[in-house]
Amino acid sequence: MTGGAATGRAPTGLSLRHRLAERGVDGQLLLLVPAMVFVIGLFVYPFLYGLGLSFQPTKGGGAFADYQRFFSDAFQRDTIWKTLKLSIPAALFNVLASVPIAYRMRGRFRGKRLVTTLLVIPITLGTVLTAEGLLNFLGPAGWFNRTLMSLGLVDQPIRLINNYWGVFFSLVITGFPFAFLLILSYLSGIDPSLERAAATLGADWRARFRRITLPLLAPGLATTFCLTFVLAFSVFPSAILVGDPTGTTRVISIAAYQAAYEQYDYPFASAIAMIMGAVELIVIGVVLLWRSRFYAGSTGGKG
Amino acid sequence: MSTPTTFRELRLDGVGRSFGGQDALQGLDLTIRAGEFIALLGPSGCGKSTALNCLAGLLPLTAGSIWQDDKRVDTLPPERRGFGMVFQNYALFPHMTVRNNVAFGLQMRRLPKAEVTRRTEEAIRLVQLEEHVGKLPGQLSGGQQQRVAIARAVVLEPSLVLMDEPLSNLDAKLRLEMRTEIRRLHQSLGLTTVYVTHDQEEALSMADRLVVLRKGSVQQVGTPEELHNRPRNWHVADFMGFRNLLPATVAEVRDDHVVVAVGGLRLAATPMVPLSAGDEVVVGVRPEDLTVASGGVTGGGSPAYGSSTGSGTSTYAAEATIEARVEVVEYQGREVAVEARTPQGVRLHLRTAERLAPGDTVSLAVAPGALLAFARGDEALPSGAPVLGDASEPATSRDGVLATTGGEVS
Repeated sequence: MTGGAATGRAPTGLSLRHRLAERGVDGQLLLLVPAMVFVIGLFVYPFLYGLGLSFQPTKGGGAFADYQRFFSDAFQRDTIWKTLKLSIPAALFNVLASVPIAYRMRGRFRGKRLVTTLLVIPITLGTVLTAEGLLNFLGPAGWFNRTLMSLGLVDQPIRLINNYWGVFFSLVITGFPFAFLLILSYLSGIDPSLERAAATLGADWRARFRRITLPLLAPGLATTFCLTFVLAFSVFPSAILVGDPTGTTRVISIAAYQAAYEQYDYPFASAIAMIMGAVELIVIGVVLLWRSRFYAGSTGGKG
Repeated sequence: MSTPTTFRELRLDGVGRSFGGQDALQGLDLTIRAGEFIALLGPSGCGKSTALNCLAGLLPLTAGSIWQDDKRVDTLPPERRGFGMVFQNYALFPHMTVRNNVAFGLQMRRLPKAEVTRRTEEAIRLVQLEEHVGKLPGQLSGGQQQRVAIARAVVLEPSLVLMDEPLSNLDAKLRLEMRTEIRRLHQSLGLTTVYVTHDQEEALSMADRLVVLRKGSVQQVGTPEELHNRPRNWHVADFMGFRNLLPATVAEVRDDHVVVAVGGLRLAATPMVPLSAGDEVVVGVRPEDLTVASGGVTGGGSPAYGSSTGSGTSTYAAEATIEARVEVVEYQGREVAVEARTPQGVRLHLRTAERLAPGDTVSLAVAPGALLAFARGDEALPSGAPVLGDASEPATSRDGVLATTGGEVS
């Protein structure tokens, strides 16, 4: 490593880098070390610590006792389904609703920036503010219900908060901007001349979308779905604020929270957190498996 | 392949397209006969791609109409016009194999599977890509991608094939090969073709007729020979290889030629428009039509048209040869391209087989009839760079220069 030191600074630096590069070592990557230490300290270590903790149940009974306890108790076990029932439809809705809007917005038009801003603003609000807004807007005495009633469409307020729908709306409001921005950028990465070529070959807009745009967009849709799904799966504040935290929206993160901060059973909470991670991994794995069936190379665009 | 569903003629009637008040294309009148190979020629920004996109239906017209025999087609969406198009970047579907790319158009027509397979294979054989049918476009070279794009467009046997600078992304050697190949395909399939290019050599060598565009309007329509020999104005001349374009004044009008004064010289020129004495004109001559009479020695039998041997007197005792000093020499194989400057500061380009060196003094002669005189108009002359379609110039009235011709063939 110091062999070239005698020949002067510049040649040494060159030859050292050269020799490292020949062994497949990029010296500049060493600059990542501080960040890696940070990541290991704040993420990998706690994760492994939690994993270890989940195998040391407070009440004894073997390494997997807490996992057994979770799956044998319907009250706990059902949180998985409740969370999936919220997060998969919400993520699907976000992705599917973003596609047509982003598709219409891929070109240039007057007011594009304004429309994009309006669609993306909810990202800045945060869950609590969104929940507050939903309570005011969709609550029994909120504008929405009052409008419906004054129009004579309903006799009594529709219940849209403190149940499944409240949490669902909240997940859509916070998740949609993410999905929309991601899909818009995937769509603008597809060369517009591909669709024009398809048009000159006799494809109407439906065929163009189905045969050209959709297959090229599919990997982007999968990625977007995964990201919004993960966001939705770890739903916590809105499940409590606009949901029904003891019944229909008792999501898995509430179960983990209760174990950790109401029962002070850290090993059990860790086990729930691990189960939560495993479920997410399974869903993402399934989606990525589906994604791998599609073409994933260049889409010709400049974006 | 079976006979394409064709037409007798396709008529563009005052076709125009403007973008936010700016005319990208105006008043394009053109009649394309079945089986013709038409080249739209012009520098970037001249409106040739706009014209092509209007034809394809990818851009709606803002003026005029397009007629296929008696059927109006400019109101149809691209998918219902039945024109094939080859894009500059090929626009191959990156997620489909070569076979599926070529078959796409046939599938869109809901043809029976057996026919789709048969015609796809035929088209792929036509462009000699049999070994690559299963590959994705990303695995092909530029020339191969180009061929897929052509096969994809011609497999439908379209009544019209539109090509948007299809060779501009290829290297020089491949470009020459593909040029021949496209011409061969055109001849064997008899497909009516509109070909957009900025390369005048490409256009001259491939097309039956050329349409020269500049700043969105037609400058001249004609056969390659007409354009090459008799450009209608100096913008066209500039584009047709008249590198020496000089401002001049008509000194005298003779029976079949005029005498012009150029930077202290008097030369005989062929008028391209009716001229009278005192007119401000632009004279142009190709580099290959300037010959080196002798290295620095004047006299002898000068070959220059209108040389003064004999008459000895008067207004027309034009200097037959032009003295100039060689400034730049570019080696070009058999010939050298030379930039020389006269004592009056006029810069001239010429090509010669003589081995000249910078600093040499040469006396130049103009080949007989090779110096053409055009009306000046009110636009600045090019200073070395081609002026056609220079977007920075204001599009002022140019009635004097640009007799906009439309579909007329001279």
